[in-house]
Amino acid sequence: MGKPSDLVQGTLDLLILKTISLEPKHGWAIAKRIQQISNEVLQVQQGSLYPALHRLEQQGWIRGKWSETETGRQAKFYGLTAAGRTQLEREKESWSRLSTAINLVVEAG
Amino acid sequence: MRWLERFRMAVLALFRRERETARLNDELQFHLEQQASENVAKGMSAAEARSAALRRFGNPTVLRDEARSTWSWNWLETGVRDVRYGVRTLARSPGFALIAILVMALGIGATTSLFTIVRAVLLKPLPFRDPGKLVMVYERFRASTGDGFNVVSPADFLDWRAKTHGFEDMAAWRDYGFNLTGEHQELPEVVVAAGGSSNLFSVLGVAPALGRTFTTEEDQVGANHVVMLSWSLFQRRFAGDPSILGKTIRLDTNSYTVVGVLPRWFTYPDSLTQLWVPYAQTFTTDEYAAHDNHQSHVIARLRPDVSAVAATKEVSALQYRLHEANASKPVAEDAVYRPMIDDVVRDVKTPLIVLLCAVGCMLLISCLNVSNLLVARSAMRRKEVAVRGALGGSRLTLIREQMTESLLICSAGGLLGLVISVLATRWLAGHWQALPRADAVQMDFGVMAFSIGLIFLTALLAGLLPAISSTGSGVLAALQESSRSIGGSASRATLRKVLLTAEIALTVILLVLAGLLFKSFLHLRTSNLGCVTNGVLTMKYGLPEKQYDTREKVTAFHEAVLERVRHLPGVRAAGLVSRAPGDGWEGDRVFTIPERPSVKFNLQNDALTRVVDPGYFSALQIPLISGRFFTAQERLTHDSYIIVSKQFAMQFFSGDRAVGKHIDVFRGGKTGTFEIIGVVGDTLWDVTQPSKATMYFPILSGIPSETSGATIVVRTAGDPLALSVPIQKQVGALDPALPVYDVLTLQQIVGNSTASQSFSATLVLAFAALSLLLAAIGLYGVLSYLVTQRITEIGIRIALGAQRSEVLRLVLLDGLRPVVVGLLIGLAGGAAAGALIRSVLYGTSPLDPVVFVTMIGSLLLTAIVACAVPAIRASRIEPMQALRTE
Repeated sequence: MGKPSDLVQGTLDLLILKTISLEPKHGWAIAKRIQQISNEVLQVQQGSLYPALHRLEQQGWIRGKWSETETGRQAKFYGLTAAGRTQLEREKESWSRLSTAINLVVEAG
Repeated sequence: MRWLERFRMAVLALFRRERETARLNDELQFHLEQQASENVAKGMSAAEARSAALRRFGNPTVLRDEARSTWSWNWLETGVRDVRYGVRTLARSPGFALIAILVMALGIGATTSLFTIVRAVLLKPLPFRDPGKLVMVYERFRASTGDGFNVVSPADFLDWRAKTHGFEDMAAWRDYGFNLTGEHQELPEVVVAAGGSSNLFSVLGVAPALGRTFTTEEDQVGANHVVMLSWSLFQRRFAGDPSILGKTIRLDTNSYTVVGVLPRWFTYPDSLTQLWVPYAQTFTTDEYAAHDNHQSHVIARLRPDVSAVAATKEVSALQYRLHEANASKPVAEDAVYRPMIDDVVRDVKTPLIVLLCAVGCMLLISCLNVSNLLVARSAMRRKEVAVRGALGGSRLTLIREQMTESLLICSAGGLLGLVISVLATRWLAGHWQALPRADAVQMDFGVMAFSIGLIFLTALLAGLLPAISSTGSGVLAALQESSRSIGGSASRATLRKVLLTAEIALTVILLVLAGLLFKSFLHLRTSNLGCVTNGVLTMKYGLPEKQYDTREKVTAFHEAVLERVRHLPGVRAAGLVSRAPGDGWEGDRVFTIPERPSVKFNLQNDALTRVVDPGYFSALQIPLISGRFFTAQERLTHDSYIIVSKQFAMQFFSGDRAVGKHIDVFRGGKTGTFEIIGVVGDTLWDVTQPSKATMYFPILSGIPSETSGATIVVRTAGDPLALSVPIQKQVGALDPALPVYDVLTLQQIVGNSTASQSFSATLVLAFAALSLLLAAIGLYGVLSYLVTQRITEIGIRIALGAQRSEVLRLVLLDGLRPVVVGLLIGLAGGAAAGALIRSVLYGTSPLDPVVFVTMIGSLLLTAIVACAVPAIRASRIEPMQALRTE
């Protein structure tokens, strides 16, 4: 496996929502976390991360809050709103439907 | 709660945009720092770590813009930015901006004004209950040569109403007039009145503002006199005092009880009508029962389930039976209808539509012109656009930016135009006297919406073509070409020439229209009335039949007035006539010729009637063709003599000697035989209409019902109006309660009847002149641009020995080619448009050669002047300088 594969179209929102579902995180941490959990397979490009975060915020799924990091620097932490939590469930459901379907096609004789 | 969150974000994005942007920068900065510190942890030096982080991160500005583009109100931000760019570009060439804005202001302003008027007059429903169900029913004589809508006789109306059932109800009204005086010697005045049937107001669905309408009992011949006042008379003469209800006022010296006041908005049939009396009370018993006495307008309300055609068919069938039963009299064969709104606006519909089309043309020309100017500018900015395109500016953004520019021009022009239009509309509605429903003309939301729509439409029209053409493919070509341009951009020049051709074609159409209307107007103004018109004063009085109830009294009054007026200093001659030439129809009668008996009534044996005194013809210098004028001998009962007009003699006696022949005609309540004693020259009853055969009866017969209304015509030595007060004083000395009205010179009468034509002709001419100016600006602009483009080429030509006259010819021909093409297209269009407006042209053919030649001449002259300036400039190019400008 050569270079890290690009994200499947439309899944970045799901990944972001899932990543911050436990506790609020800042952009850098979100990118790092996705990379770690996926065993370095999924690389989030900054060029798409921040527009996605801001879009989700405009839509009211997540909410940004400025607070201090462990090093004492101000950073913007994104957390799920109530609506965002519902949205996460919805996205998960549609993802599992999609991946099952793709599997069915790929595994078929 | 999600909407709350979204709302919070939207508010933040809108009002805290600066702060949010700073925070975004901070956020991205934090990311970079994290990356850099990670790099340091991997063992890089600080500087290395930083540049590696940046490399990984990409362009922070682009990233910021991308993140920001997800915020709400992004469209607003882009819009504001586009507007700022637009304003800046426009401000860089204020001359261009000013011209373009003024051009659009004129176009949009004029169009909005005309639309306001057309909407109020033609489109807005009449202010009555369910106005779409109201139609006007008329009689129609099969042999009629007029418009086929003949006013109705009272007996016909009564039969229609009683014996047909297709309409829900039918009501009638007629014009009437009174001398209004108070009970206590207040100043007398003549008021325009109308007689309305008792159901008229309920058919229209009009409730009185005060009091009540007429009852059925009051709508009878000889019933109790009652009157309804118009709001304006109520305010003006009775100070809006409601206690007038139940009191009496004097009309023609009879007492009338005021029973009601009409609402302020009620101005039907026109705003001049001051009061209403019951329909039947305006007739004698005989007149009310007559089928051949036409003067009434019938309004019918449709049943929900019966069409106007079906209902009118029933009326028409009845009318044919009435015609058969009265075969010897002028009773029409058919009945016809037209919607009430058409009836109200019939005289102004065509002129208004012509005017609206004319301003539409002008607006289109304005758009083309601005479009043309924009193309010129975009050509200058071609390199800039190409560079921006090459650097990744999307085509849509570039088009949007150029569109913003044209939208800015059109908005500024539109706002200015709106101001112009408010003033222009007020002026038009106030000065166009023949305009019905002028009181309904007002600017409102509909008009605002229209002009805003107009702004966007014109912006689109003016901006799209140049924007698309200038941002099109060929970025590379543009960049290459700019390094050394010899031929200029051929395609851009073609586009401009096409625009120019269209502009010229439209201008020619407008010019031809204006020329035709103006010539026809001039024809009206100079048409020969058939009598002297200079220095003639006219004024009217009407003797109330109650006081002046015998032939002797009427005759004595007329003679006394003439005697007094003739002795005033400054009076050259004076006469009496029932209605002066050019002042209207008054009345007509059918007659038979005993020398040539005919069994059946013949519609063609019809002539206008006038009553005159012996001195009338010489006072107005109407020539005697044969026989003699009246003398003082044809008076009282010795009155069986008439004088006829030349046309009468030609038409009914076909050139035979008419003098000495006889006619039988209904007069003074019975049919009598009259001997023709003279033939006089023709006069026009209306300058916009062909002349009609006329019979003149002696006014000194004094029959009260026939001769009590008179117009004094006075030929004066000096200014006729200076005599108006002295003459009124003489009349007042004879009868202080008798009002004198319509004090006008004969020229004013002619002017009033051609006011409408004067209006439309002048306006269209103004539009055409403006368009010509616009076309000249356009032509000049295009040619100047072409010359600038070809400076190098021309320089080389001259350097190689081309004659300057040759260069002049070259450029001139280049400019005139689109003019000639546009001219040809425009001439065809003008001929077609002329044919469409044939109905409003008087004495002018739609293909009038004088008009066409004049208009072609003026256009070519303007075009040559507009082309000559750049052409001469081209021929003066110094080759060395031209080649150095590269």
